Amino acid sequence: MPVIAIDGLVKSFGAVRALDGLNLQVEAGEVHGFLGPNGSGKSTTIRVLLGLLRGDAGKVQLLDGDPWRDAVALHRRLAYVPGDVNLWPNLSGGEAIDLFGALRGGLDQRRRDELLERFDLDPTKKCRAYSKGNRQKVAIVAAFASDVELYVLDEPTSGLDPLMEAVFQEEVRRLTGNGATVLLSSHVLAEVEALCDRVSIIRAGRTVESGSLSELRHLARTTVTVETVRPLTGVAELPGVHEVRAVDGRVRLEVEPEHLDALLTHLIRFEIRALVSAPPTLEELFLRHYDGADDGRVVADSGAERAQ
Amino acid sequence: MSAFTGTGRLARLVLRRDRIKLGAWLLGTPLLGFALAGSVIEFYPDEAARLSYADTALTSVVARAFNGPIFNAELGSIVVAEAYLTLTLLAALVSTFAVVRHTRQNEETGRAELLGAAVVGRHALLTAPLLVVVGANVAAALLLGLAFAAAGLPLPGSLAAAGAVGGVGVAFTGVAAVAAQLTITSRGANALAAATVGVAFLLRAAGDVLGERDGLQLVSAWPSWLSPLGWGNQVRAFGAERWWVLGLPVVLLIGATLAAFGLARRRDLGAGLLSDRRGPARAATGLLSPSGLLWRLHRGSLVGWSVAVVALGVSMGFAADEVNDVIAENPAAAELIAAMGGGVDDLVDAFLAAMLGVFALAIGAYVVQALLRTRADESGGVLEAVLATAVGRVRWLTTQVVGAVLGAAVLVLLAGLATGLGYGLAAGDPGRNALELGGAGLLQLPALLVVAGLVTALLGLVPRWSVSLSWAVLIGLLLLGQLGAALDLPQAVLNLSPYTHVPAVPAVEATTLPLVLLVAVAGALFAAGLAGFRRRDVPN
Repeated sequence: MPVIAIDGLVKSFGAVRALDGLNLQVEAGEVHGFLGPNGSGKSTTIRVLLGLLRGDAGKVQLLDGDPWRDAVALHRRLAYVPGDVNLWPNLSGGEAIDLFGALRGGLDQRRRDELLERFDLDPTKKCRAYSKGNRQKVAIVAAFASDVELYVLDEPTSGLDPLMEAVFQEEVRRLTGNGATVLLSSHVLAEVEALCDRVSIIRAGRTVESGSLSELRHLARTTVTVETVRPLTGVAELPGVHEVRAVDGRVRLEVEPEHLDALLTHLIRFEIRALVSAPPTLEELFLRHYDGADDGRVVADSGAERAQ
Repeated sequence: MSAFTGTGRLARLVLRRDRIKLGAWLLGTPLLGFALAGSVIEFYPDEAARLSYADTALTSVVARAFNGPIFNAELGSIVVAEAYLTLTLLAALVSTFAVVRHTRQNEETGRAELLGAAVVGRHALLTAPLLVVVGANVAAALLLGLAFAAAGLPLPGSLAAAGAVGGVGVAFTGVAAVAAQLTITSRGANALAAATVGVAFLLRAAGDVLGERDGLQLVSAWPSWLSPLGWGNQVRAFGAERWWVLGLPVVLLIGATLAAFGLARRRDLGAGLLSDRRGPARAATGLLSPSGLLWRLHRGSLVGWSVAVVALGVSMGFAADEVNDVIAENPAAAELIAAMGGGVDDLVDAFLAAMLGVFALAIGAYVVQALLRTRADESGGVLEAVLATAVGRVRWLTTQVVGAVLGAAVLVLLAGLATGLGYGLAAGDPGRNALELGGAGLLQLPALLVVAGLVTALLGLVPRWSVSLSWAVLIGLLLLGQLGAALDLPQAVLNLSPYTHVPAVPAVEATTLPLVLLVAVAGALFAAGLAGFRRRDVPN
């Protein structure tokens, strides 16, 4: 049974349709990357999952319950790190960590101390004196020191330095090693690549891609640069080939992975002198979805096409 | 680039952000002045009434402490004595909050960093709000002067009295500028400046209590001259005006501004001079629940309120002992007190009952600010994190309401006990009086429950409007309670206020039915608010 199952979720704020039929499926034990441009509805989805917002339509199942109706019982089994961590200015960091732990239903003191040390956080400072990164550490320590089934992390590392980022990744691996599930919303692509088993990309409140990273790569075009002895002709007419351009006596083109074979058969007839084939980088993969955020529908539709 | 580059633009930003608050201040001050002057003029129609007022004002310790000195028996002097405290406290606090809002609060939220990185001189961030607030004080004073004149008072005296009020605002603008450099939080800066207002009041009260009577004139002792609140009196508006005294607040403002510039040069943006202490690395067990957190967040403000309520209660108790002397010769005032205190003949009991009613109104502000903290937590984002734990919405909101109501219960009880104690110390039998009035104070609690229920309903049903509507309702209740009796408003209008339905003990016998009805109304409002809060989005 999936830990999170969202089907056709719709949520509007006045005239703004923040979520427009969103789907999300997270399986037990996986780290699921949740990606999308700013304002695409990631935090809104998470707030619906936490029972803070009520969806207008669609089905949402969290663990084995309804996030709105069974909020309190479900919250004992999950820990949440908000994207924008706000704390009580006159409490110390240590007090805030203990308070969140107690409100969630308990905290492993040994883990708490260990995490404070690993994240190099001074718990005696007042919360108002912490930087953004340190406020995030407070929320991370409070969440990771709780022994729960699901961790919901909303851009948890946006204020952390590379050293802390590495500690964070190790600690997430430790959580999943113990069998926990993690939903990780993030813009840090290296982090997503290092941690996530599967990712879902959303745009304008809809899911446009979902799958493992290699599956997603497979959906994207490969860039091929080729230099031939005889002038190359007839490539543009091949199925699945796009963006053919001549550059410095070479030809550069993009090809859909399933048509790569036909392309190579065609190229060989012109005596290949050099050939470079580059699979899409993660950046290219995401930028294609992030680009032109003002016109979500087009990309969402093309996403649907590719999924066929 | 000079240290003041960008001041003009920033001043326009201050005006833009505060356009509604400033507008309310500029309109409210003259309206309030006009209303207060009008009611005094109505109360003291003839020479005899004014002379008797002046005689009491000069002999009564309580009158000297709260109303300040008078310098003759003219109408204008009486208006100043009756209106000065209200108008100056308003000017001082509004100025303080405005300065802090645009200085320390900007630093606390990080806005100042953003502004400071633009083409803005080092001192522009402080100078811009000071210019606006001083300008607003001058404008409010001019309008107030015209309002006094329009009410029928002589123009020069009107302008001098209004200038005295504006001067207090200007002086505390300077005080707030310094306070904003010292603390790290805007709450701390506001508290520091407000405490300075309190000290200024005590110094002025001491100077006037210790002053010497010279015919119909009170010559204040030296402590009055140490207080910006005292300076306003020393202008002697409507007497032989001493205009030069109006220069003192200006001197203070200039000195304080220079000091603030000096302090700002010596510290980092966002830092204060009073450093933040460290906290415990682990939470005490008592903190680890919604109610523990509530107590931690509200205890400071509850202690502050308690001290203020006890000090005022004891003073009012002492004052009650003088009521017969003060008011016996003034039928209009006697009638007003009797009306406020339940329409009975025993003026002392009526006065005591009226005072408890005033306390209950003020404690309404405690309830409102305590409950609205929930809204601040919601806008700030911390409520979201709390509700994502195993704390349910019903438990969270109920804890907040119970906490606010318990705080209010402590405060009305203390107000009654302190008032009874003060009266008993003056008139005899402090123990019995304290207990009796303590009980009478607790009878005010049902009205406060209604206030709490109303704020809860607003939080649950119309969260975005809850802050402005809550305060608007409270101000409406204050006006009904304070001016309702004086303005002879119809009973149907007065009945809108829960405070109207509290029996005016000790002036009349306690009755159960209205109290039960108030509790029922409060319960219904609370239930509506809770139902709304359970159903709605957070944050909303």
